[in-house]
Amino acid sequence: MKEKQKGTVLDISAGSALQNKFMSMGIYKGREITKISHIGLKGPVAIKVGRSVLVLGHGVANKIVIESHD
Amino acid sequence: MIKKIFLVGNPNVGKSVVFSRLTGVQVISSNYAGTTVEIMRGFLKLGDQEIEVIDLPGTYSLEPSSKAEEVVGSLLNESTKDEIAVINIVDATNLERNLYLTLQLLEAGLPVMICLNMCDEARHHGVSIDIHSLEKILGIAVVPTCAVTGSGIKTLVERIKEIKIKPRDKSSHRNRWQAIGEIIEQVQRLTHRHHNLRELLEDASVRPFSGAFIAIGVMFASFEIVRFIGENLISRIADPIFLNFYQPLLIKLSPLLGEESFLHHLLIGDLINGKIDFKQSLGLLTTAPYIEFAMVLPYIISFYLVLGLLEDIGILPRLAMLLDNLLHRIGLHGFAIIPVLLGLGCNVPGILATRNLESRRERFIAATLISIGIPCVALQAMILGLLGEYSGFYVSGVYLVLLVIWVVLGVVLNHTVKGYSPELLVEIPPYRFPALSTLWKKLFLRIKGFVIEAAPLVLLGVLIINVLLYFKLFDLFTALFAPVIKGLFGLPKEAVVALVMGLFRKDVAVGMLMPLALSVKQLFIAAVLLAISFPCAATFVVFFKELGFKDLLKATLIMCVVALFTGTLLNFVIH
Repeated sequence: MKEKQKGTVLDISAGSALQNKFMSMGIYKGREITKISHIGLKGPVAIKVGRSVLVLGHGVANKIVIESHD
Repeated sequence: MIKKIFLVGNPNVGKSVVFSRLTGVQVISSNYAGTTVEIMRGFLKLGDQEIEVIDLPGTYSLEPSSKAEEVVGSLLNESTKDEIAVINIVDATNLERNLYLTLQLLEAGLPVMICLNMCDEARHHGVSIDIHSLEKILGIAVVPTCAVTGSGIKTLVERIKEIKIKPRDKSSHRNRWQAIGEIIEQVQRLTHRHHNLRELLEDASVRPFSGAFIAIGVMFASFEIVRFIGENLISRIADPIFLNFYQPLLIKLSPLLGEESFLHHLLIGDLINGKIDFKQSLGLLTTAPYIEFAMVLPYIISFYLVLGLLEDIGILPRLAMLLDNLLHRIGLHGFAIIPVLLGLGCNVPGILATRNLESRRERFIAATLISIGIPCVALQAMILGLLGEYSGFYVSGVYLVLLVIWVVLGVVLNHTVKGYSPELLVEIPPYRFPALSTLWKKLFLRIKGFVIEAAPLVLLGVLIINVLLYFKLFDLFTALFAPVIKGLFGLPKEAVVALVMGLFRKDVAVGMLMPLALSVKQLFIAAVLLAISFPCAATFVVFFKELGFKDLLKATLIMCVVALFTGTLLNFVIH
C-alpha cells in the first residue's frame, strides 16, 4: 500500500487478544483506513482510522490484509 | 447512594485534567496516551456529601491488553453497582472511537454519564456534535466540557445526581461498531477544512526523513535549552545567593562552634584552606544544601520545564514511531522511549511508566536498562559539576560510554531474556499548543516532589557519612574493597565510600568525590561507575514493587557485572 492511499480492511489474521485490541481501536473488517507513512523497510506504519492516527509495528501491520482503492 | 465515582475513558482524552478540576488534587497530565499509570484518588464535595473520585488509566475497551488497563476492568468489577458511578470522559474530536468504550460500559450495566471533553478543540477541527440527540440516543446525561480551561465542569458536577443505569443488550464487536456508525450519522457534523500548518507538521513528523530531521532538531534544541537555563539559574541566582548571603552567616557560625568540635564537623564540615568550600566541606549546612539547591535543583527545573513542553505538544509518541526499529533490536518497541525519557529526569517515574509496556519481558528489559544506563537529572547535574571544568570531552564521554552500555546490554538482554515482546500499537495525538496552566502545575508538582523526597535523604546521607567518617568506621570497609577499587578501577580506596553511598543517593555520592582530589581520569571512571549503579534507594524500592524480588536481584547482578567490567576496561584503556 502506498502513502496517502485508502483501503478497506479485508481480513485480520491475528489471535483473539490482538483482534480485540484492534477492534477497540476501530480497526475491523470492512473499515476504511488511509496509510500516512512508514519508516524504513521493516519499520512501523502510520495509518489514519476515522479521526485518529495509529502507529503499528511492522509485524502487527502485516497482520492486516487490505484491499486498496485506486 | 453514590459513594465512588470512577473516571473512565480512552487514553489521552484528558481524564487527569477533569480529575484535577473535580477534586482539586493536582496530578500530572500530558499530551500522550498513558501518562497516568497509577490510580489517583481524591474527594468531591457534593452538597453535604463527600464522594471519592478515582482517576483510572486510559483504556480502549473493558478487555484489557496491558497492566495499566487491567486495573480498570478489575476495579469496576469488584464494586457494588448501586454505590458507584462512572463518568466516561469522551474526546469530542474523536467521538466515534470513544463511543466503543461507552457502549461497553452501558452493556456492563454500569451507571454512566458522559463528559464530552475537548469541545473547544473539536470546534476548531470543524466537528460539531448535537448533544441533545446524543443524550436521547444513549439515554444518559452528556455534558460538554473543556477541562483545561474549566468550562463545563460546574454543569458536570451538578448533573452527577442524574447518573443512572441505562442497560443495553450485550452485542458483538461488529454490531457495536455498526451501532456507533448510526449514532455518529445522527449526531456529528463535519465541516471540511483545508490542511493547516499544524497538520502539515503532524504528517511531516511521522515520515522517515522529515521526521528524523524534526526529531533530531527538537532533541538537540531541548538539550541546549536545558543546559542554558540550568547554567544560568546556577550562575545568576543560586551561586550568588549561596556566596553572598549564606556564606557570611556560616563564617560567623564557624568560630562559635569551634573548628575541632564534633558539631562543627557535622554542620559545617572541614574548612578547606581555612575557608568554607560549598563543594568540599561536606557539612549538613554547607555541602548538603549546596548540592541540592545550587547544583541539582536548577537542572531539575530546566529539565522538567522542557520535558513538560515536549509532553504537552505531543512529540513523544512520534519519537516512539521513529525509534521503533532501533528499539526492536534491544527487545523493546518504540513506546519504550517514553519511560526512558522520563527516566532521564528521575528513574522512579521512568520505571513506573514501563507499566504501559505489554509484556513482562519488555518491562524487565526496560526497567533494567533505565536503572543501569539512564542517569537521572540529579546525577547528570553532579557529573556536569564534577567534570564540567575539564574539557567537554569528558562530560560527553560519560554519555557515550552509557549509550554503548545501553545498546550492548539491550542486545544481550534481548537474546537472553525469555518471553515475547509485542509490537508497537499506539495512537498518535494531534499536536497541541501547551496550556500554560497545566504546564506550570506539572512543573511545580515535579519540583515539589523532588524537594520533598530528595532533600531529607541528602541531609540524612551527609549526616551518616559524617558520623562514620568522624569515628573512622569506614576504614575496615574501605580496606575490604581496596583490591577491586584500587586494582581494577584505579581509584583511591576512599572512593568506595562514595560508590556505596551512590546506591543510596547519587548526588551525595558525587559530592563525596569532590574532596578526594582525584585526577580527571579517576573522576571520569568514578562518574561512569556511579551512573551505572542504581540511582538511589527509591529506585530499588520501586523496582522491587513493580517487578518483584527475583527480577530486582537479577538486575542488581547485571548492574554489578556491568560496573565491574566497564570500570576495569576504562581504567586500562584510558591513558
